[in-house]
Amino acid sequence: MNEFLVFEGVTKRYGDFYAVRDVTFEVRQGEIFALLGPSGCGKTTLLRMLAGFIEPDAGRILVDGKDVTGIPPDKRPVNTVFQSYALFPHLTIRDNIGFGLKMARRGKAEIAAEVDRMLDLVDLVEHADKKPDQISGGQKQRVAIARALVNKPRVLLLDEPLAALDLKLRQRLLVELDEIHDEVGITFLYVTHDQTEAMAISDRIGVMNRGRVAQIGAPAEIYESPVDSFVAAFIGDTNFLEGRVIERLGDEYSLVAIEAMGEIRVYNDREISPGDEIHLSLRPEKLSIQTSAPAATDEARNAIEGTVEDVIYLGALTRYWVRTGERRLAVERQHSRFLLDEKPPTWGDKVWVRWRADDGYLLRDFAPEHAEMLSLPAETE
Amino acid sequence: MKKGRANIAGNRLEWLLTLPSMGWLLFFFAVPTVLILVMSFKPANAYGGFGEGWTLKAWIDMGHPSYPLIVWRTIWLSLLTTIICIGFALPAGFLLGLIRSKWRNILLLLVIVPFWTNFLIRVFAWKVLLHPLGYLKRALMLVGLASDETLLLYNEWAVLLVMVYTYLPFAILPIYAASEKFDYSLLDAARDLGASASKAFWLVFVPGIQRGLMAAVAMVLIPALGSYIIPDMVGGPSGEMIGNMIARRVFNDRNWPHAAALAGLLMIVTLAPVLVAFFTEKQHAAGATREGGGEAE
Ligand SMILES: Nc1ncnc2c1ncn2[C@@H]1O[C@H](COP(=O)(O)OP(=O)(O)O)[C@@H](O)[C@H]1O
Ligand SMILES: [Mg+2]
Repeated sequence: MNEFLVFEGVTKRYGDFYAVRDVTFEVRQGEIFALLGPSGCGKTTLLRMLAGFIEPDAGRILVDGKDVTGIPPDKRPVNTVFQSYALFPHLTIRDNIGFGLKMARRGKAEIAAEVDRMLDLVDLVEHADKKPDQISGGQKQRVAIARALVNKPRVLLLDEPLAALDLKLRQRLLVELDEIHDEVGITFLYVTHDQTEAMAISDRIGVMNRGRVAQIGAPAEIYESPVDSFVAAFIGDTNFLEGRVIERLGDEYSLVAIEAMGEIRVYNDREISPGDEIHLSLRPEKLSIQTSAPAATDEARNAIEGTVEDVIYLGALTRYWVRTGERRLAVERQHSRFLLDEKPPTWGDKVWVRWRADDGYLLRDFAPEHAEMLSLPAETE
Repeated sequence: MKKGRANIAGNRLEWLLTLPSMGWLLFFFAVPTVLILVMSFKPANAYGGFGEGWTLKAWIDMGHPSYPLIVWRTIWLSLLTTIICIGFALPAGFLLGLIRSKWRNILLLLVIVPFWTNFLIRVFAWKVLLHPLGYLKRALMLVGLASDETLLLYNEWAVLLVMVYTYLPFAILPIYAASEKFDYSLLDAARDLGASASKAFWLVFVPGIQRGLMAAVAMVLIPALGSYIIPDMVGGPSGEMIGNMIARRVFNDRNWPHAAALAGLLMIVTLAPVLVAFFTEKQHAAGATREGGGEAE
């Protein structure tokens, strides 16, 4: 019942190149599911296979239990909001929104009533008789959404719907989109390469990389417990630490030697034993920075001594680069107080970086090239 | 405000740029046209010149019993030529606009290649092809589609065939120019919203290239109405058009006023659709400006 939209081993090849490779996941009825991944990872290809413009080479797609592969796009119970809006330039806003109903041969009066309802929903009543080139980008986007929604699709597909808009408008439309979703209750499949957008709007996220789904989960799950270095680096900033397990410290923690840094404690997110090589993701905001030496550390805390190498003031927070031994750690400090009263550490200060052993996360897979996605990649000697 | 000022400057530049072509039109179109109209109200004299004073005789002679048939033939042959040309040019232009590889240029070249051969030679080639002893007829007889009596040449259908052949590139090129700028993703949007492939074509593609379509109609219909060489060479007596009548009045009868009146008649037939198109377009534009409003969010 919950598995409303199902992708089963979906694959699309162009020559030897896999645009989408053996993708399997489910979307629940009524949720906003975001497909998140860098440009070129196959999001649009996947969406177009669901819309019916591309047929998969293998696998099938089910909507509400029904296999839709092989059905032409005009017969599928889904509608798309295109990235470029694709509004019909020769039709008014009203006729653009009514296009789908006209194709479905609905009555004139019914079409008029439905279109009016949609115009009201997206707040475009006074622009109804204009042509698309007479309204702004944000308004076009809302027309595109209304034009798709009016057909009451089983799933609404949105391909980077806000990518062409500027930041403030994007944030506002995101909220509007969320409200529209609450009102219509239709399942949304939302494609984006912007992780903040995906986290803000979706109930669950599928992170894609090179044609495959790397991880699926709620935004917090993906952010806090990334399965591999790609997800960890793509979804936010982090510190990657490589090391080897020295010994187990009871059930929950292990002692680990981190290359070029020293010994730290980590939480056993999975079964590890002495001698194992591990990769730890440590989010900058989980680290704290202080100028005085910490009192005796308890078992679940780590403290590393270092020197402030760089300070980037960002208003709400400051980002520090702290050198510890031969590596740099990114640390973020929130400014909950007026800055002058806070006396924050500054360039050249000797500092201690502290974090709870539970706050790191052990990655299942690690590839050095993913460190390149971070704002401060590891130094290469 | 700024935008408005830029527009005025732009308009002035546009005026300056159109001045030479306006001059060209004035001297080589407007002046001869007026001269022809003036001639049509003069009496003819026996030596191929003009008599004294003014008369409506040439226009009254338009009532000649053989004329309605020829005017009608001119109109339907031209309309049919236009319809057939557009019928081929729409899908051709659609595909040319869609193709994004080197094939596009190769196909475009094929459209333009006939222009490299002289027009008269090409019509003459058709005459050879359609000749009672020509290859086409022999081929058709071989497969049993024609008998010995079938006449491929010297009738209205020969005129139609050669006119379609001649004017087809003039229909394809403007439609291609418009489809090249057409956003084909609009067709995906139409399909997505439940339109079949043919509905998407007629309801989204065709309105989207409307200007190119109008240009194509004008580029075929107007020269077709004035055809002279094609019916003269492949039409025979049963394929004559207004153009042939005009030529006959000038060369055989040496009756210039009569020829001028015929030319005036042709002009009226030709201008009618152009004027209709012009005014509907203008209304369209006026409607759009009236509805036009702020860009503001
Ligand atoms: N028609 C095609 N022929 C060849 N390669 C294609 C075609 N369409 C997409 N691709 C390739 O497939 C990959 C995925 O494309 P796409 O789904 O558009 O990515 P995304 O939407 O995630 O940016 C890209 O590397 C792209 O170059
Ligand atoms: Mg894309």
